[in-house]
Amino acid sequence: MLLAILSGFLSALLLLILGRQLKGTLPLIVSVLPISLFIYFASFLPEISSGKTVFYNLEWIPSMGIDLDFKIDGLSLLFSLLITGIGSLVFLYSSAYMKGHIYIGRFYSYLCIFMASMLGLVLSDNLLLLFIFWELTAISSFFLIGFNNDNTASRKSSLLAWAITGGGGFFLMAGFILMGSITGTYSIQEMLSSGELLKANSLYGLMLFLVFVGAFTKSAQFPFHFWLPGAMKAPTPVSAYLHSATMVKAGIYLIARFTPILGNHPYWNNTLMIVGGVTMLYAAFHSIFRIDLKGILAYSTISALGILFFLLGIGTQEALIAASVFVLVHAFYKAGLFLTVGVIDHETGTRNVTTLAGLRKVMLPIAIAAGVAALSSAGIPLTLSFISKDLIYEATLSSGKGALILTSLAILTNIFLSYSGYLVGIKPFIGKLPDQLKDVHLPSGFMWLPPLFLGFCGLIFGFFPSLLDKSLIDPVLNALGANSNNTALQIWHGLNLVLLLSAITIVCGIMLYLILKPSEQKLKMINRLDFISPHSIFNFLARSTKNTALRVTQFMHNGFLRSYLTKIIFFLVCLIGFYLIKNVNIQFYAEKLTIISIYEGVVFSMMIIAIFTIVFSSSRLVAIISTSVVGYCMCLFFVYYGAPDLAMTQFSIDTLTTVLFVLVLLKLPPYLKMRDRSAQLRDGLLAISFGTLISVIALQVLNEPTNKTISRFYSDNAYLLAKGKNVVNVILVDFRGYDTLVEITVLTIAAIGVYSMLKIKSSEIE
Amino acid sequence: MKIILLKTAANYLLPLLLLFSVFILLRGHYEPGGGFVGGLIASIAFILHSLANGLDKTQELLKYPPFFFIPIGLSIAIASGLVPLFLGHPFMTVLWFEDPLPVIGLVGSALFFDIGVYVVVIGVTLTILFTISENI
Repeated sequence: MLLAILSGFLSALLLLILGRQLKGTLPLIVSVLPISLFIYFASFLPEISSGKTVFYNLEWIPSMGIDLDFKIDGLSLLFSLLITGIGSLVFLYSSAYMKGHIYIGRFYSYLCIFMASMLGLVLSDNLLLLFIFWELTAISSFFLIGFNNDNTASRKSSLLAWAITGGGGFFLMAGFILMGSITGTYSIQEMLSSGELLKANSLYGLMLFLVFVGAFTKSAQFPFHFWLPGAMKAPTPVSAYLHSATMVKAGIYLIARFTPILGNHPYWNNTLMIVGGVTMLYAAFHSIFRIDLKGILAYSTISALGILFFLLGIGTQEALIAASVFVLVHAFYKAGLFLTVGVIDHETGTRNVTTLAGLRKVMLPIAIAAGVAALSSAGIPLTLSFISKDLIYEATLSSGKGALILTSLAILTNIFLSYSGYLVGIKPFIGKLPDQLKDVHLPSGFMWLPPLFLGFCGLIFGFFPSLLDKSLIDPVLNALGANSNNTALQIWHGLNLVLLLSAITIVCGIMLYLILKPSEQKLKMINRLDFISPHSIFNFLARSTKNTALRVTQFMHNGFLRSYLTKIIFFLVCLIGFYLIKNVNIQFYAEKLTIISIYEGVVFSMMIIAIFTIVFSSSRLVAIISTSVVGYCMCLFFVYYGAPDLAMTQFSIDTLTTVLFVLVLLKLPPYLKMRDRSAQLRDGLLAISFGTLISVIALQVLNEPTNKTISRFYSDNAYLLAKGKNVVNVILVDFRGYDTLVEITVLTIAAIGVYSMLKIKSSEIE
Repeated sequence: MKIILLKTAANYLLPLLLLFSVFILLRGHYEPGGGFVGGLIASIAFILHSLANGLDKTQELLKYPPFFFIPIGLSIAIASGLVPLFLGHPFMTVLWFEDPLPVIGLVGSALFFDIGVYVVVIGVTLTILFTISENI
């Protein structure tokens, strides 16, 4: 099991290394991986159908509750089969689609990483493990969208997709941690029994919000949907695989997985119904205005994902059956449509639906595949999606309160969706073949067989729906925590309301197709509303964040050390000064101070003289030397007050600093009067106020009763425990040796920093 | 800037200062001193030498670039902390030899830790100062 998941990562690594050798028909060999994984997962089918659940456990980080726990039940098996099944077709298809591409090795490597992470996601039984795979799918999606990395639009889209899905990931993680800390476990299996506990918790609302944001961003729900149309910049097989059939369904999977744990609560159901409902109608409506084939498909995918959330939100048994069948149906016809669009794009070089026509004459198999997929998406009888559409209507009709609104929402969405299906699957193939498309020819079989195969899958399951109900749909319902006794998928439901609604949908879809013609004007019209779309708002936010960051950085980080020092000290003075004035009763007891001895007086006057020399000197060297005089005088004070260790260290440090100063400053031009009066005044004021502040603090400290427990412990135990008489050194090397070890490591890092910065800079100049 | 007086003095001061730095290092456990100060004093000795004779001469004298000292020092320090682990004590427990050595006195693993600090400080200080003076 672990091997099945890891094999994708291993192959990815291998492909990266051997990528250059991947020429000719060799990429076909890579397809062996998804195919064998498909067979492996299919072999679980009998066991799962009989109602069992298979577990695999391996300890990883038990102390943090992260274990390699995997579980195969109906839900994860359905998704695993989709991932590996569609994956096999996409791998085969890509071998022809990407033929001769220089980075084909890299392409397959990303695809393998994606497939493995997606498998890990749907099989994980541990929330944190699931989250890791969740992020990995987002990362591989980022690389695949930006695969044509010499294209600015691609890079932008991949960054946008990453920002949205990655941002959602943070919310999801917070939600998971919340769930984990309330139930005390990260195992999903164990959580199944604590659903009531979670729902009763006062943080239930927050938890739902966090999990929903994660799921909605991943599955492109309104208002986070806008990354998905941009993701169509990816090569078409990727769009088919990630952005329609599998990855975007991760959010659906997650919500389905949590249905038995968090579901069946008004918050849960209403949020899902509202967001799903809004998304499905909004996106379906948008899809009819697009003229780019992939754009149409992107919006209809968003709409389909909306339908799925909507169904999960209704949450009745009928709705859950409808959702599980629709996951399968949608994968079949949408991947099929995407793959045919890929062929069209590959062979004609355009995806503009207004210019494409009559392609059936030059690529008949593709026309058949696209036609079947289009009919599927419209829910014509004898396709699997006819059954799924009926199930959807049954679910909305039996949802009790608001059934009328929900049903009309579903019908409207389906009409729009069937229109966009016709637009992609039929429109480019009928009519008169334009002259410039005359010499288009059929590509290799690897490109037209997969979509055709997908189309026929939809038909076969449509003819024999009983192939599915007991074997796959029942276990899925089991996993969703629903009653699964009498699921029976049927072609013929009898003459009833559902059939009538289906017929209305089909007729309206066809009429809409006959009336409405895609055109540039309509696209422009809808684009005029762009300024209030979530995408523009997001872009505006992103831009203003960037600009603000730039301004702040330019102010705070302008490259002048003096400006940094000024800011730091100014801030300190304000902050501590404010605190002192507001909260501390400043008192000063003259009688507590000792009389200044003659030595101290002399050293003190030396310091004062040196400071004046620094401030008023017109030579750099004199200023430096005077600075070190101040430093040495300070050391003398340390000696007077019984800190010889400190004095020694300070003495050496001062010497070295002076040398360093001299080394650097001697190379600078002679001292110039660079600063004006006001700057000097400002710096002087700042310096004096900082000095005053420190003095006040020092005097205040004298008023506090001193706590000597720690220092007494050290002085008492230095010899007893550490056999040393020099307490300072014993602390450094023994009691707090760990700190010293870290300190010398920090010193090392500083040295490496200086070394690399200066060396790299000087070698660049050369 | 070659001053004959400084040059002559520096040549004699180098071994003296180094010896002094070792002395400071060793006496650290009982009297003021220790690895950190010792390392600084040793670096000052080399800096003085380089100011008098030029950077090239000092680097020749050192044979290896100063940043080689850093990993050596770090390894000594960490090793002194790791040894107790093998004897079943926690990391960085100080162990003591039973009999005092002549001149140095009682020796414990803390001394080796201090030697590590000493070497790292020399390496770091010289690396920073030499790089800066070479590249400015």
